[in-house]
Amino acid sequence: MMEMLNALLVIVLVLNLFALGSSRILSVIHIVGTQGALLGLVPLLLHTHLSMSVVLAALAAIVLKGMVIPSIMIRSLRSAQIRREVEPLIGLLPSVILGAFATGIVLLFSKQLPLAIHQINTLIVPASISTVLIGFILLTTRFKALSQVLGYLVLENGIFIFGMLLVQAIPFIVEMGMFLDLFVGIFVISIITNHINQAFSSMDTRRLVSLKEE
Amino acid sequence: MIEMLIHLMLLLILPPLLLGVINKTKALAAGRVGAPWLQSYYDLLKLMRKGMVLSTTTTWVFVAGPVITLATVLLAGLLIPFGPFNAPIAFTGDLILFAYFFGLARFFTTAAALDTGSAFEGMGAAREVTFACLSEPALFFALLVLAKKSGSLTLNHMLHGPVTAFPATPAAPLVLVTIGLFIILLAETCRIPVDDPNTHLELTMIHEVMVLDHSGPLLGVILYAAALKLFVLSALLLHLIAPFQTGYWWLDWPLFMVETLGLAALIGVLESLMARLRMKRVPYLLTGALLLCGAGFILLVR
Repeated sequence: MMEMLNALLVIVLVLNLFALGSSRILSVIHIVGTQGALLGLVPLLLHTHLSMSVVLAALAAIVLKGMVIPSIMIRSLRSAQIRREVEPLIGLLPSVILGAFATGIVLLFSKQLPLAIHQINTLIVPASISTVLIGFILLTTRFKALSQVLGYLVLENGIFIFGMLLVQAIPFIVEMGMFLDLFVGIFVISIITNHINQAFSSMDTRRLVSLKEE
Repeated sequence: MIEMLIHLMLLLILPPLLLGVINKTKALAAGRVGAPWLQSYYDLLKLMRKGMVLSTTTTWVFVAGPVITLATVLLAGLLIPFGPFNAPIAFTGDLILFAYFFGLARFFTTAAALDTGSAFEGMGAAREVTFACLSEPALFFALLVLAKKSGSLTLNHMLHGPVTAFPATPAAPLVLVTIGLFIILLAETCRIPVDDPNTHLELTMIHEVMVLDHSGPLLGVILYAAALKLFVLSALLLHLIAPFQTGYWWLDWPLFMVETLGLAALIGVLESLMARLRMKRVPYLLTGALLLCGAGFILLVR
C-alpha cells in the first residue's frame, strides 16, 4: 500500500514539472486536471476500511478536479480568445530547473522534520511541500490571469496532500465544504477573468495596476 | 550454452523486425496498409548488394565509423541480460563499459560525419554531441539508481533486482527512472519527439544528417546498428516495465520476444500521436529526463 502511495505521489511530482515546462495553457489545464484526479485516489489508499462516505468524497474530488474545473477553465480560455502561449516571467527551462531544485531540497530536508513514526517512510510531507512551492512558482512567474488560477490550483493540490496526514480525522461534511469552496472560487475567478478580458482586451494582470480613464 | 546461443541469435536476427513493427503500427494508425513486416530485412539485403561511392575527401575514418559503431553496439548487446536470463558476458562494473560503448559509437559516428568535410554533416555532428551531453548523464543516473537499489555493480544482478523483489517494483525511484529511461531510449534511437527518421529536412535532422554521404553496404551497416541499438535499449527498459517470468525457459524466450515487440508497438503508437518537438525544445525534454533520473537518485539516498 505504501509503495502504491509513493508511486502515485511521485507521478504527482512529475506532473508538477510538466506543468512548469509546457508552453500551452490548454496542456497545463489538462496536466493540473490529471493531477487533481490522481490525488482524489489517495484517500482510498490511506483508509484502512472503505466506508460509503470515503468513497463518495473521493468520487467528488475526482469528478470536480478532474472534469468540472478543467472544463470550466477550457470554456473561459475559449471565450477569451487569447494567445495560447504561456509567456512566463522567467523562461520555461529555468522554471523547470527551479522547480526540480525546490523538489530536491524538500526531499532532502523533510527527513529532518519531527514527524510521527508511521509517516517517515511515505512521501506525503515532501510531496505536499514541493507541490505548494511549485504552485508559488507558477503563481509568481505567470502573467495571464488563467495561468495564475492554474498556479492556485496546484497550490491547493499541495495543501490537499498535506491534509492526507489527517485523513482519518476530517469529517465528511468539512471535506465536502472544501470542495464547494474550491468550485465556487474557480467559478467566480473564471467569470472575473472574462470581465477583465472584456474591459482591458487582455488577460495580462500587469495591466490591472494602471487606472483606466475614458 | 544454449541460452548464450539463443541470446546471440535474437540479438542478430530480431532488431530489424522492431523497425517493421513500428512502421506497421504507424501505418495502421494512419489508415494505410503499410510496408510488409519484413521490409527492413529486404532493405538491408538490397543495400548489402549495392556498390559504394566514396568521396575523395574522406579517409579511413569514414569507413571505420559505421563498422566500429556496429561492433560496439553488438558488444553492448552482449552485456545486457534478456528477460530473466543472464547475459553472456558479465563482470563487476560492466555498467560503465555498457554506457561507454554507446559513447564510443557516438564518437565514431560523429568523426565519420566530420570526415566528409561537409558543413551540413558537421552541423548534424554538433547537434548529436550537444544532445548526448544531456542524455549520457541521465543514463548514468538511471544505472546508478539501479545499482544502489540492488546493491550490485553487475548489470545481471542490477536488472534482475526488480524481478526478485517484485512487490517493490512500483516504488517511487523506479517510476522516475523508468520515465527517464524511456525518454533516453527515444532520444538515442532518434524516434519522433526528438528526431524523425523519415524526414530529410535540413532544419529537423540530427542523426539522419550524419549519414547522408554513406551509401550501399555502409548505409546498410548504419541502419542495422540503429535497429540493434533500439533492441538493446528496449531490453534494458523491459526489465523495469515488465519484469515478468514464468519459470519455464521455453516460455520465457517467447515472452521476452512478445514484450519487445509490444514495446515497439508502443513506440509506434506514440509516434502516431505526437509531433516532432521544435529543435530548441529538445534540450528541455532531455533535461527533464536528467532531472527525473537525478530525482530518483535523491529519493533513494535521502
